[in-house]
Amino acid sequence: MLKFFRGKKGFQLFGLLSPGALWILLFFNLPILIVLFISLVERGRAGGIKLPPEYTIANYSQFFNACSSQFAGPECDPFLYVGIFGHSVRIGLIVTLWCILLGYPLSYFISKQKQIWRDALMILVIIPFWTNFLVRTYALKQVLATEGLLNSFLMNLNLINQPLDLLFNEFAVVVGLIYGYLPFAILPMYASIEKFDHTLMEAAADLGAPPRRAFWRVMLPMTMPGVVAALVLVFVPVVGAFITPDIMGGGKVEMIGTLINRQFGVARNWPFGSSMSLILMLLVLIGVVLYFRSSTEETRRAM
Amino acid sequence: MASEFAVEMQDILKQFVTPEGGILAAVNHVTMQIKDGEFFSLLGPSGCGKTTSLRMIAGFELPTDGKIFIRGKEMSQVPAFQRPVNTVFQQYALFPHMTVEQNIQFGLEMKGVPRAERSRRVSEALEMVRLPGMEMRKPKQLSGGQQQRIALARALINKPEVLLLDEPLGALDLKLRKEMQLELKTLQREVGITFIYVTHDQEEALTMSDRIAVMSKGLALQIGAPEEIYERPATKFVADFIGETNFLDGVVRAQNGTTVEVDLPGTGTVYVESSRKFTNGQPVSVAARPEKMSLNNEIKDGNNLKGRVEEVIYIGTDTHYGVRFAGSHKARVREQNISQAHKEIAKTGDEVTVSFTRTSPRLLTE
Repeated sequence: MLKFFRGKKGFQLFGLLSPGALWILLFFNLPILIVLFISLVERGRAGGIKLPPEYTIANYSQFFNACSSQFAGPECDPFLYVGIFGHSVRIGLIVTLWCILLGYPLSYFISKQKQIWRDALMILVIIPFWTNFLVRTYALKQVLATEGLLNSFLMNLNLINQPLDLLFNEFAVVVGLIYGYLPFAILPMYASIEKFDHTLMEAAADLGAPPRRAFWRVMLPMTMPGVVAALVLVFVPVVGAFITPDIMGGGKVEMIGTLINRQFGVARNWPFGSSMSLILMLLVLIGVVLYFRSSTEETRRAM
Repeated sequence: MASEFAVEMQDILKQFVTPEGGILAAVNHVTMQIKDGEFFSLLGPSGCGKTTSLRMIAGFELPTDGKIFIRGKEMSQVPAFQRPVNTVFQQYALFPHMTVEQNIQFGLEMKGVPRAERSRRVSEALEMVRLPGMEMRKPKQLSGGQQQRIALARALINKPEVLLLDEPLGALDLKLRKEMQLELKTLQREVGITFIYVTHDQEEALTMSDRIAVMSKGLALQIGAPEEIYERPATKFVADFIGETNFLDGVVRAQNGTTVEVDLPGTGTVYVESSRKFTNGQPVSVAARPEKMSLNNEIKDGNNLKGRVEEVIYIGTDTHYGVRFAGSHKARVREQNISQAHKEIAKTGDEVTVSFTRTSPRLLTE
C-alpha cells in the first residue's frame, strides 16, 4: 500500500481515481453504513431510533423469527418474513424469466431491421422511461381494472360474461412488474444481439446445424452476456420492488419491498426496515456472485 | 442420379431490391458447369456477382429464377444445412466461444458422429492443415493464417462434395497469401474435392485454377482454362481484367480468308489472323499483350508500326516501354532483361518500330 503511494504512477492513479472513489464513498458506502448503524440499534418510541443508541441484534432475529417481536400475538407465524422474502424471490424469478422470454425475440427482431427502423423501434422501447413510473403503473391499473379497458373490450366482444379479476392479485403485480422492467431487459440484450455477427449463423448452417440447433449452440452462448445483464438488471430491482406490488396488488400482495417500505412509513420501525434492507442486499449479492461463478469466462468479462 | 458435374448452375437469376427501390440483377442468367474434382475459380471485380453465385450454391441465398444442381440433385430451394457443401468464409467465421477442437468437430457433431471418432478425425484434420496439437486453443489466440487453416479444417473434415471458398486469402499479407495459394492447390489435389474459389485477384486465379469463370456485372463473360482465358480472351473486359492488354481501335477494311486487314486511323494498317467473320467497315479492337510485342525487331510478314517512346519503366525482370503511334493509339511493350548487362533498347523520345506477329493479337468487338 505504501509502495503504491510512493510510486509516481501510483500517485497519478490515486489522483485520477479519487473523485470517483470519493463519490462512491459519499453516496454509496456512507448511506449503507448509516443503514447498518440503524439496523443495530433499538427503535425510538415515535419512530426513528432510540437516543442515546442501545445496540441490539433483535432486528435481525425478528426477520428469521417473527414471533420474537414484542408486538407478536399468540398466533404468530415465526416464518412470516422469511416467507414474504421467498415469495418476493419467486415473483422476481417469474418476472425476470418473462422479461427475457419476451425481450430476446423482440431485441432480435429490432436488430434485424434497417438502421432507420432500428432507431425508431429502440426509441419506442425507451419512451416509457420518459413517463413517471407511478403514472405508468396507474395507467396499467386502469387497463386491468374490473371496468377497465381490457374487461370492457372482452365483454363487448362477448368473449366473457362477467369481468375477470385481473387486478389486486399476484397476476396483476407480475404483469405490472414485467411492463415496468421489460426495457431493462431489452436494452442489454439488444446491445449483445446487435453486435452478434450473423455470418456465424451461416457458418453453423453450412456445417449442418438446423436453425434451432444453431441458435442454442452459437447465437445464445454468444449473446449470453446480454442475457445475464438483463437478468441482473431486472431481478435485483424486482425483488425489492414496492410501488408496483402496492398499486397493482392493492395491499393484498406482500413483497419484501412493501414490507420494508412500511417499516419506514406507518410501522415506524426504522431499525427493522434497515435490517431487512441489508438482508435483502446481502442475499441478492450472494445470488449474483454465485451466478457469475457458475457462468462462463466470456460472460464475466462482458460484465 | 450421379452426374459428371459437381455443381451445375442453370440460367440462374438473382435479383435484389436496391435501397432506392429499384431491382438489381446481381447474377443475370448465368449458366455454368463445374466438373467433379476441379479447382474452379469465380473471378471478377467487386460487385460482379461472384460471391452471390457462391452463396446460392451454399444455400445462403435462394435464386430468383433458375436451377442449381449439386451432384445431379436439384438443390435450388434446399436450405443450407441440408446441402452437401461446406464453406470457408472470408473472415473465417470461426465460433469465438468454442475451442479449435469444438470448432472443427462442429459439423461431425451435427451429423451425430460418436465422440471418439470425432476427436480422432479432428487430430487428423489438424495434421492435414499442419497445425497439430492446437485443439484447446481459442480462435482469438491464433494468427490470421492459423485461423484460415482452422476454417479449412472445419470445412474439410465433413468431406463435402464441394468446398466453397469466399476470398479466403483476402485478409492475409502477400507473402503468406502466396504460400497458402500453393498449399491450397496441393491440398485440393490430395483430397480430390471440388473447390469453387471466389477471388478478385487474377494472378491468384491463374495460379490455382483448373478453370476460371470471369464475371462482370452479373454475367459470366468467359469460362475456360487459365491459358485459354489469357491467350484467347472473349471480350475486351476479359482481356483487360486478366493481365495487361493494348487495345488498338480501328475498322475492318477487308478480310481475305482468315486474314483480316484492319485500318488503325493515322497509325497504319495491320493484318491479324482470325477465324471469325467480319464485315467491312466494322469497328474492332486489336488486342495485343505487351509481352507479345517487340521493339526495333522487325518481323517479316508481321506488323511493324512506327512510333515514339514516351516512357521507359525498368522493373527488374522486364523493361516497359510506353509508345505512342502517329494516330491516337498507344501501346505498352514489354522487353525481358535477359542479357546480363541491362541495356535500354530505346530512350524516351526515340523513334521506334513496334512489331508483332499476325497470330498473336485478338480481334475483339465487345
